[in-house]
Amino acid sequence: MDLITTLALIVSSTLVYSAPLIFTALGGVYSEHSGIVNIGLEGIMTMGAFAAVIFNLTFAPVFGGATPWFGLLIGGLAGLLFSLLHAVATINFRADHVISGTVLNLMAAPLGVFLIKAIYDKGQTNNITANFGYFSFPGLANIPFFGPIFFKNTSAPAWLAIVVTILLWLVLYKTRFGLRLRACGENPQAADTMGINVYGMRYAGVLISGFLGGIGGAVFAQAISGNFSVSTIVGQGFMALAAVIFGKWNPLGAMGASLFFGFAQSLSVIGNQLPGFQHIPSVYMQIAPYVITIVVLVAFLGKSVAPAADGVNYIKSK
Amino acid sequence: MFNLSEKNKKFLVPIVSVIAGFLVGAIIMLVWSYNPIQAYGSMFISALGNMNGIGETIREATPLIFTAIGFAIASSAGFFNIGLPGQAQAGWITAIWIALANPNLPKYILLPVCIIAGALAGAIVSGIAGVLRAYFGTNEVITTIMINYIVLYLCQYLMQQIMSPKLRVDMDATKAVSANGSLHLDWLSNCFGQSRINAGIFLALIALFCFWWLMRKTTTGFEIKAVGLNPLASQYAGMSAKKNIIVSMLLSGAFAGLGGVVQGLGTYQNYFTQTASLDIGWDGLSVALLGGGSALGILIAALLFSILKIGGLGMQTIAGIPYEIVSIVIAAIIFFIAINYVVGLLFSRKAAVKTPTDHYPTNNQTVTLGKEEQL
Repeated sequence: MDLITTLALIVSSTLVYSAPLIFTALGGVYSEHSGIVNIGLEGIMTMGAFAAVIFNLTFAPVFGGATPWFGLLIGGLAGLLFSLLHAVATINFRADHVISGTVLNLMAAPLGVFLIKAIYDKGQTNNITANFGYFSFPGLANIPFFGPIFFKNTSAPAWLAIVVTILLWLVLYKTRFGLRLRACGENPQAADTMGINVYGMRYAGVLISGFLGGIGGAVFAQAISGNFSVSTIVGQGFMALAAVIFGKWNPLGAMGASLFFGFAQSLSVIGNQLPGFQHIPSVYMQIAPYVITIVVLVAFLGKSVAPAADGVNYIKSK
Repeated sequence: MFNLSEKNKKFLVPIVSVIAGFLVGAIIMLVWSYNPIQAYGSMFISALGNMNGIGETIREATPLIFTAIGFAIASSAGFFNIGLPGQAQAGWITAIWIALANPNLPKYILLPVCIIAGALAGAIVSGIAGVLRAYFGTNEVITTIMINYIVLYLCQYLMQQIMSPKLRVDMDATKAVSANGSLHLDWLSNCFGQSRINAGIFLALIALFCFWWLMRKTTTGFEIKAVGLNPLASQYAGMSAKKNIIVSMLLSGAFAGLGGVVQGLGTYQNYFTQTASLDIGWDGLSVALLGGGSALGILIAALLFSILKIGGLGMQTIAGIPYEIVSIVIAAIIFFIAINYVVGLLFSRKAAVKTPTDHYPTNNQTVTLGKEEQL
């Protein structure tokens, strides 16, 4: 294998595996900045994957090649609806954020499989026919050297994720909405005193995370797994949560961390095709994201990095 | 006026949550035109209607009691140990590995060694999170989640690459342990219609007693609870927060590890490839939350969830309803436990209506508000 082919293989598979993580981690960033810890990302992704696969199987004949893109939207909406449970429990009903998030994780896979069994009468769906596949950017793919590596036969959802990351970074740090959202996660009392609707902002944070997490699940289902079963989403959501922390609660950081974790994941899959990687047991690549997250938490982060009121219920005095 | 004391709430919340959880399950079944009465009926009949069902239900409850105790100890100290699946898995593979490697040791040596080693393995896994929390202030929720996955992949690697192929049947399962390393008891199994019930349940009952004794009668238990209630005050009273964080996490992991041991040496008699975090970890967490962290509560909650899980298998066969409804009901129950604030509110509102002050809205409102703040 020559250099360009090798690099192209690494980059494209990294992008494929990163895309779901980027979307979901961005959701985590928004939820945590509003002050709601969301360890239910795993469950939200599962619902997104479930809805996208059902939609894809049903409507592929109607929408053809555009089906997976509509599937993203449907997956996002499913995630948003599902995250509503978390929002109501933590914002209105003062539930412990970790317990409520765990409930999402406990609920999602059984609910998805129950519905699959109720609809199709079997434990896992057929493989979808319209998946994302590979995409080449017209024009850009012809650039010498960089074209074949980054823009030819690459993952379209991943590039969308990168664009969305930049947009969401701008929203979080350069707009009034972003400032208010962060204020609710740092000091809800002060935000409330300034006339910001803390509950409303926190709903926005959680529902955005639901929408993005659902999209993440939909990307995973339609680009990688190809069907839905109980083992479609195993650990992806937790890895996205790790990316939020590794990325220091910053959208760009979360994207960088997701790309790195995607790289580690893809190495454990394509490692045997690469020179020099055949002899490294894949277990090291599999556990790398998790080990790195712990090391980062211990070694590089002070306690002050997470939003100050993250995980603290805000009870408005009347 | 009707006063919902903390003590009453402690009993009401789990009961209301269980009923509400069953209702959620019933509604979902109705929506998909399954018959919920037939479902719950067949569930209880197949779990409790014959000796084999009862035996299997007790067998299912055994590891859950251990993992729930593990969760409850950490929870008393103020930690959310979400790493139960990894700790249990470490206990499981360790106990099986030792039992397989020394099949000819006498039972009275081999069995205790396997059990203790399994507990130690669980304790080491959770101890990592405890030490990081004590010395670096690292959030234990994140570290234990991450460690779950590290353990999951490491166990796969250990079994497939490090364990001697002589101990394995194929890449995905080990051989069964010898009689000397097994918790299986012929007479017990025969009593309960050849089910997989095993000596683990006796260990679980002893563990429940130890847990009760530890938390109620010992200084260690008192310090763990004190640190959980108010770390600063206990520090001021001369208790070491660091020591108690680590001790509670070690104990927590040891019990979770034992849950894996009884699953291995009792239920399955071998270790096989796991593709996702162990169920007994997540179910133990649910059991502890429903049981409110008391020994009796854990026993009852473990039996209830086991009835659901074992009965669910029968329900799927008899009534043709997907087994997953069981997990949905359990998750729903925990959801209602999590929003216990509402359950409390429900009862205090109802009570407020009955009082004569009802005619004076302003007055009544202040009473209700005062109540809310207490909750």
